Amino acid sequence: MRSLGRMLGFVLAAILGWRRSAQRHAEELEGIPPGGRDVDPRRRHVPADPRAELLVALLLLLTGACGVAVVVLLIVEVANGTQWLGLAFGLGFGALAAALIVAGKRVVPQELAVEERPKFTDPEAVNETVEMVREGGEGISRRGLLAGAAGVAAVGIGGALIAPAASLGPNVANRIDDTPWRRGTRVVDARGRAILAADVVQGTFVTGYAEGASVRDVGSPIVLVRLDPSVLRLPAGRPLAEWAPQGLLAYSKICTHAACAISLYRYPSFRATQPRPALVCPCHYSTFDPARGAKVIFGPAGRSLPQLPLAIDAATGELRANGGFSGSIGPAWLDVDRGGQ
Amino acid sequence: MIGRARRANAATPAAKAPSGAPGAPRANAATPAAPPAPPPLRPGAPPGDGRVPRAGDATVGWLDERVGAGRLARAAMRYVFPEHWSFLLGEIALYAFVVLIATGTYLALFFESSTAETTYVGPYAPLQGQTVSVAYNSVLRLSIDNPVGLLMRQTHHWAALVFVAAIVVHLLRIFFTGAFRKPRDINWMIGVTIVTLAVLEGFAGYSMPDDLLSGMGLAIAYGVAMSIPILGANLAFLIWGGELPGANDFVSRLFIAHVFVIPALLALLIVAHLAIIVRHHHAQFREPGNREDNVVGAPLWPAYALRSLGLLCAVAGVLLLLGGLVQINPVWQWGPYNPAIGTNGAQPDWYLGWLIGALRMMPALEIHFWGHTWVPNPFFGGALFPLVVFAVLYAIPSLDRRLRRDHRAHHLLDRPRDVPRRTALGASFFSAVALVFVAGSADRILITFGMGYTTQIWIARVAFFVIPAIVYLVTVRICRELRRLG
Repeated sequence: MRSLGRMLGFVLAAILGWRRSAQRHAEELEGIPPGGRDVDPRRRHVPADPRAELLVALLLLLTGACGVAVVVLLIVEVANGTQWLGLAFGLGFGALAAALIVAGKRVVPQELAVEERPKFTDPEAVNETVEMVREGGEGISRRGLLAGAAGVAAVGIGGALIAPAASLGPNVANRIDDTPWRRGTRVVDARGRAILAADVVQGTFVTGYAEGASVRDVGSPIVLVRLDPSVLRLPAGRPLAEWAPQGLLAYSKICTHAACAISLYRYPSFRATQPRPALVCPCHYSTFDPARGAKVIFGPAGRSLPQLPLAIDAATGELRANGGFSGSIGPAWLDVDRGGQ
Repeated sequence: MIGRARRANAATPAAKAPSGAPGAPRANAATPAAPPAPPPLRPGAPPGDGRVPRAGDATVGWLDERVGAGRLARAAMRYVFPEHWSFLLGEIALYAFVVLIATGTYLALFFESSTAETTYVGPYAPLQGQTVSVAYNSVLRLSIDNPVGLLMRQTHHWAALVFVAAIVVHLLRIFFTGAFRKPRDINWMIGVTIVTLAVLEGFAGYSMPDDLLSGMGLAIAYGVAMSIPILGANLAFLIWGGELPGANDFVSRLFIAHVFVIPALLALLIVAHLAIIVRHHHAQFREPGNREDNVVGAPLWPAYALRSLGLLCAVAGVLLLLGGLVQINPVWQWGPYNPAIGTNGAQPDWYLGWLIGALRMMPALEIHFWGHTWVPNPFFGGALFPLVVFAVLYAIPSLDRRLRRDHRAHHLLDRPRDVPRRTALGASFFSAVALVFVAGSADRILITFGMGYTTQIWIARVAFFVIPAIVYLVTVRICRELRRLG
């Protein structure tokens, strides 16, 4: 606390000191600048350098040659065409740049000139303008009425101009929470084949989709992992039989932070020293604990990944949804369903 | 050699020599303090002065009789550019913009802005027969089938990186030399707007190919848009035309923003920026003979024009070499976008690094009560942080006026050391942004140097508050020492 006070004092002193030194500095500047007013910096020098002219000519010839090379490379297809074209194009411009710069420094007259800075301010013109503006409103008696009416007009026409933008997008309504998952929806892979419980083994994750959903539907993708049922500590109200049959867990694959796909699975190869299994988003490294309902254990995400209850078809071993997600999928907004957290 | 004596051409062979020998100090007390009148300009080519009429005379004459180009051209050719390497940074940005327009126009002729599905059939075997979007397909065809397409696309991408980089370094130069002060404060505001638009433009550009990297970037942008308090979801749905990854016309929206709306605004602002520079004439450093009311330097014609054109060609040349020889954004390797796929090691273009850093550094804070989430987490790093940074940038001229109690116009630049506290506050502010930028590459640092990701983020969180203070103190000290030395 004391150091904080000292810090504040320091900041204050710094600001005050800055002002003082600024004033001193300004006073210094009032005087004649270093070097004095009467130095005339103007110079003119004609280089008359035939060797530089020759160099410029050679560089210009090289530019032309590179230009021809570009055309030839486009006619005669060669391997690594992009690289050769870039080289020819780049060297061409490089040679032209060198030619222009050498010419600008060694061939044409070098001059240091002085130009008066134009005085562009004119207080008289300002006064006259203000006066003219004032005169333009001469003789108007009902100013308040006109100003009010103009305000109404501005609001009305402004609203009318903005309103068409509304058709750009639909209402949010419940679109985000309307995912393709229903009780009994089959879990399939990217090619539409059913995912079996046996396909999901400990130590790796499997990406599943709702059967029949579009690949572009963010409500569909889930990440499936298998953990030892004894380590599971799911939130209250999620009995293991419905939410984690045989230790199988499904969470929405869309990060609750900024909608990237959860595509990293940290799994300890040596339990004693390495941290617990975690689902990680590769964008901002939000880290979720699958054993505890995908609770956030590190990173910026503000809520757990929504969980999907699962059922295993006794006959086929296929995975099916046992209902909808435990909350809204994807990034948060005003009415996000936090899933009882 | 003094200008006046040399400049007097054959028309006035007996031009009166200036008072005092050339080069000698004009200590004569009787000489008025007013600067010597500018030397008489080279007269036009009046008929009958013995000169052979040249093509230039005809052209300028033709234009002069129609738009009065003579006086304009005369003034332009004698326009003086003070010389310092750091004054070229803005020119580099301008020339990168020229390259962007040229290459971008070429690319726009081939890009198809639709996310409708199609099947890739072409020489790139790994994607053969895969379902991809029309947009992605057109970028693949441009890059692989068109002999100059890849060169143009890579040059365009490199030019975008250089464009923003040159603007940022130019902005730092303007800040640290005090060139943002009145009357140039208006140009500072325009410049800050240009850099904001340039970042948006770049993001829209690399989001268009609809490859995996595009999609991941857009997903984050969607998350940030959603996170705007209260209105976020509506706003995101307006921009994307629905839920992520957006309506089929979303790529068209990006396209029209990227090739028309933002570039038109940028071009307009760049023209305004340059017009205002011409109105003020360039600022210059405090050197012998340089005053608030004059400009000392090379006139446009001929040397400066040649050198500046040379810089244009050099920028184009370097960008073409980069575009040809150094791979950038290999969209075929990323593969098409699918919202269910992510990859490690996806990094945005450099100028978004500070935003990804802020998103990554932010602790898992989300403000929710009464059943609503009022401030979702991405808002802090993805919206609030850049808003604060840009607000500070916009406020710099007025902050400087207040802190220094200096409301006058300035045309002579400060050396950074001569204003230690401004320099130190600026260095402190920019170091905070730079630190967040570095934190944005924590995953790369982990892979390259093996330093734990979590450790790095915690260090960055602490350093965000500590480093700027240290930078402030050290900079003040360095400025004082430099000043003492001269």
